[in-house]
Amino acid sequence: MNLVLMLDVGKEYKKLGLKDNEFLKIQKCLGRKPNYLELSIYSVMWSEHCSYKSSRALLKNFKTTGKYVLQGPGENAGILDIGDNQAIVFKMESHNHPSAVEPYQGAATGIGGIIRDIFAMGARPICSLNSLRFGKLYGDEHQKYLFEMVVKGIGDYGNCMGIPTVGGEVYFDETYKGNCLVNAMSVGLAQKDKLIKSMAFGIGNYLVLIGSSTGRDGIHGATFASDELNEESEARRPSVQVGDPFMEKVVLEVCLELLDKKMILGLQDMGAAGITSSSVEMASKGNVGLDIDVAMVPLREASMVPYEIMISESQERMLALVDPSRLFEVKAICDKWNINCESIGTVTDNSMYRIFKGEELLGEIPVKTLTDEAPIYYHKFEKPKYLETVVSFSLVENDYNSLRSKYSHNEIFKKMISSPNICSKKWVWEQYDHMVQTNTALLPGHDSAVIRIKDTKKAIAFSCDGNGRYCYLDPYKGAIIAVAETARNLACCGAVPMGLTDCLNYGSPEKPGIFWQFKNSIDGIIKACEELDIPVISGNVSFYNESFGKAIYPTPVIGTAGLIKDVKNMLGVDFKDSGDIIILIGKKSVGSGNETDGIGGSEFLELFFDKVAGKCPDIDLFYEKALHSLCIDLIKNGLIKSAHDVSAGGIAVTLAESCLLGKTGAKINIDVKEKDLLKALYNENQSRIVISASRENLEAIKSKCEESRVAYEEIGTTSGETLNINNEITISVNEIIGLYDNAIEKIMSK
Amino acid sequence: MSGRQKPYFGILVFPGTNCETDCYHVLKNLLKVDCKYIWHKEKRDDDINAIIIPGGFSYGDYLRSGAVAKFSPIMSFVRDFAQNGGLVIGICNGFQILLEGNLLPGAMLRNDTLKFICKYVNLKVEDINNPFASGYRKDEIINMPIRHNEGNYYINNDGLKSLKKNNQILLRYCDENGIINENTNPNGSVENIAGICNKERNVFGLMPHPEACCEELLGSDNGLKMFKSMVSFIS
Repeated sequence: MNLVLMLDVGKEYKKLGLKDNEFLKIQKCLGRKPNYLELSIYSVMWSEHCSYKSSRALLKNFKTTGKYVLQGPGENAGILDIGDNQAIVFKMESHNHPSAVEPYQGAATGIGGIIRDIFAMGARPICSLNSLRFGKLYGDEHQKYLFEMVVKGIGDYGNCMGIPTVGGEVYFDETYKGNCLVNAMSVGLAQKDKLIKSMAFGIGNYLVLIGSSTGRDGIHGATFASDELNEESEARRPSVQVGDPFMEKVVLEVCLELLDKKMILGLQDMGAAGITSSSVEMASKGNVGLDIDVAMVPLREASMVPYEIMISESQERMLALVDPSRLFEVKAICDKWNINCESIGTVTDNSMYRIFKGEELLGEIPVKTLTDEAPIYYHKFEKPKYLETVVSFSLVENDYNSLRSKYSHNEIFKKMISSPNICSKKWVWEQYDHMVQTNTALLPGHDSAVIRIKDTKKAIAFSCDGNGRYCYLDPYKGAIIAVAETARNLACCGAVPMGLTDCLNYGSPEKPGIFWQFKNSIDGIIKACEELDIPVISGNVSFYNESFGKAIYPTPVIGTAGLIKDVKNMLGVDFKDSGDIIILIGKKSVGSGNETDGIGGSEFLELFFDKVAGKCPDIDLFYEKALHSLCIDLIKNGLIKSAHDVSAGGIAVTLAESCLLGKTGAKINIDVKEKDLLKALYNENQSRIVISASRENLEAIKSKCEESRVAYEEIGTTSGETLNINNEITISVNEIIGLYDNAIEKIMSK
Repeated sequence: MSGRQKPYFGILVFPGTNCETDCYHVLKNLLKVDCKYIWHKEKRDDDINAIIIPGGFSYGDYLRSGAVAKFSPIMSFVRDFAQNGGLVIGICNGFQILLEGNLLPGAMLRNDTLKFICKYVNLKVEDINNPFASGYRKDEIINMPIRHNEGNYYINNDGLKSLKKNNQILLRYCDENGIINENTNPNGSVENIAGICNKERNVFGLMPHPEACCEELLGSDNGLKMFKSMVSFIS
């Protein structure tokens, strides 16, 4: 008998992250006390990370169907039909905790994990995006280190895999200082008739492990990810897995070759909780039992004991369902690529999950008790106290006046475009291969990333967005804005949204205030998805993003995919020619006074007043949708030359970006008095897009706007090499480029 | 060399190669030229009359880039093929493999920025009397992306003299006006060298990716002439 099997489970379960009631429930499920191996299996399968026990009840309310949806949540990734027998497969996932303690490997394996989810569906990964959040860089060596290593980890993994990293977002705020966020999204392209699922079926079929040998890395990683970060987290570095992108590239090619030759019946990636979770999920989906033989698992260290083998999170492994008669063919392909291929399990008809070592039975668990019957929690929720004070804050005339007396408009503008939250993320994306596979139709820096689909006219656009500050002030509206902004970004390049993936990052769900934030932002996403007609097709929840008891801002990150039917109609944010007219469509540059001032939660407020407070901007989804349709229509009819949405930093930043990417100046005149100019330039009110067009199209554009009942406002003309706003800001485009492009580089090289 | 009259490109595939389909797309779809993949375990191939060693991370490049790939069975065929005058182009990782395999002189070091670099750069075409750049004008300034960790080309003084004497430097990093200096050197390469050929002018290695810039849609089509030059040479 193995030594660990004799451990007193009654003393061990807490160390594995299980609660008292959960330990009782396990004994009920089994009708006896579990042994240590079984206890380990329950602990990982019932971890928040694997079971979604705190979120499942709420997530089921998402809109998950729509005209493009082939597969909603529940599989490794969601699938959208893009016509021509083609489908795109995508999902976003977090790797926050591992990245906080070991940023390079944490980020790298985050990418590796999400890529496996994609090819597990039978799709070839065609691009990645990511959404990153850290504490402020300036003067904080540790944040710089995290940022540098996370970017390097993502780059090294994706670059080696030959998958372009084409877009994303990076934010810096002190709330993420002790708990950075690393959310990665991967997208694949598949032939619709070659898609595959992860269900186990067919009594006697084999489960075949393909890829890396199994080592001691990442043991209890899933449990680690389901806890807050504290002093002890550092000691959990061994819980972080180590990535090998070359191995993953080989595993990818092998799996796609096996699928292409129809040699496998099902495929599942091995992520959190390793062999256990992947095989249990396959069995559960197929309503079958499984016999696993740990003796068949190729090991890195011979001394590994069964529970370690079962929950190891060694990377670059896949589990395939294979008809026994075809095993030799599968092995031949794996041999060609020099990688492991071992049958480690067999499908049975007894709905039990049994673990053997050779002939010896080590554990026996009813499959469904690990999945469908895992605990579900409806946590208590309560509106957090902080809201009363922060939301009532707003700037008064005096605040603006004192800022104006301290700095000129030019100085304020320069500070804004140099803010790490606003400036170019060139320092990041130049470390990512964003062109391999030669489909990147819109290089980074625009509102969306655009990937053309070879041999068709189509292109797919992607946008990734989240706004922790808005969600902190109002999780419901903040989440709506996150969804709306991705759709608006897509509209700006001419894409119609098809579906989205979400990555929901919060503190501990066991705290009523946090669960209230979670619940409200879920409601916000549901509302936005319904009104904008965008289904949720996949996603991920990350709780316990806290350090030393302090939670991050609630940060739902949304990744939305849109379809461009003819890539010729794709548009960028850059001004094209001198003499074009610049128009703001959507809400006016200066509000009527009835709505929020757009300064609450803004970059302007944080940068100059060091505050994250005020009211989250309002948003009218009906109007928002009309604006998107209008923008797409203007692009399709060739009436406009650029479109760029107004978001973080306000319209001043929007204009600066269109100028610098187009290397064209502009003369802008916003109808507002000098004393109100700051509010007009830096408010972040929603539902606004800045477009440019030949003057001859003005009447046609106006009439389209009127038909759509969307307001328009002529605000200027492109001209020369200087951006001039109301004669208060005058700055050469070259100077804008210098400040905007190099701001992060400057901080990082200090 | 093969007796075929029509161009037929072989694109080598090592485990970890990741630009093979990009090269294939340019040849097959854009130029309508025959081509095929050749797995690194193959010993030879008598159909082809030009070889492309594409970019990627052969064997993960955990050692030096290209250091393991040079031992692959196909490489001795590449050596024979080159010795018999066959056209060989190595792009990025392919260039690194050609250096490691001594088909081209010099060595590749880590970028002096210590970072992976992915961006469009300007290149000056220094020599057009070769099968790879004959479609360009001499001193033409072209726009191509670089995407590498180790593109810092090194060669000793004697080697450099010899490269210059024999006009083996085909491409150098410059700015949009053709200025070649430290500021226009993205990775620390000796004298801004971006691509060189052998003395016989039939083996060429370059760090930029011509296959990634053959369509306006992708930002530039400046790479197309390089493939066209090769095609017209073997046609």
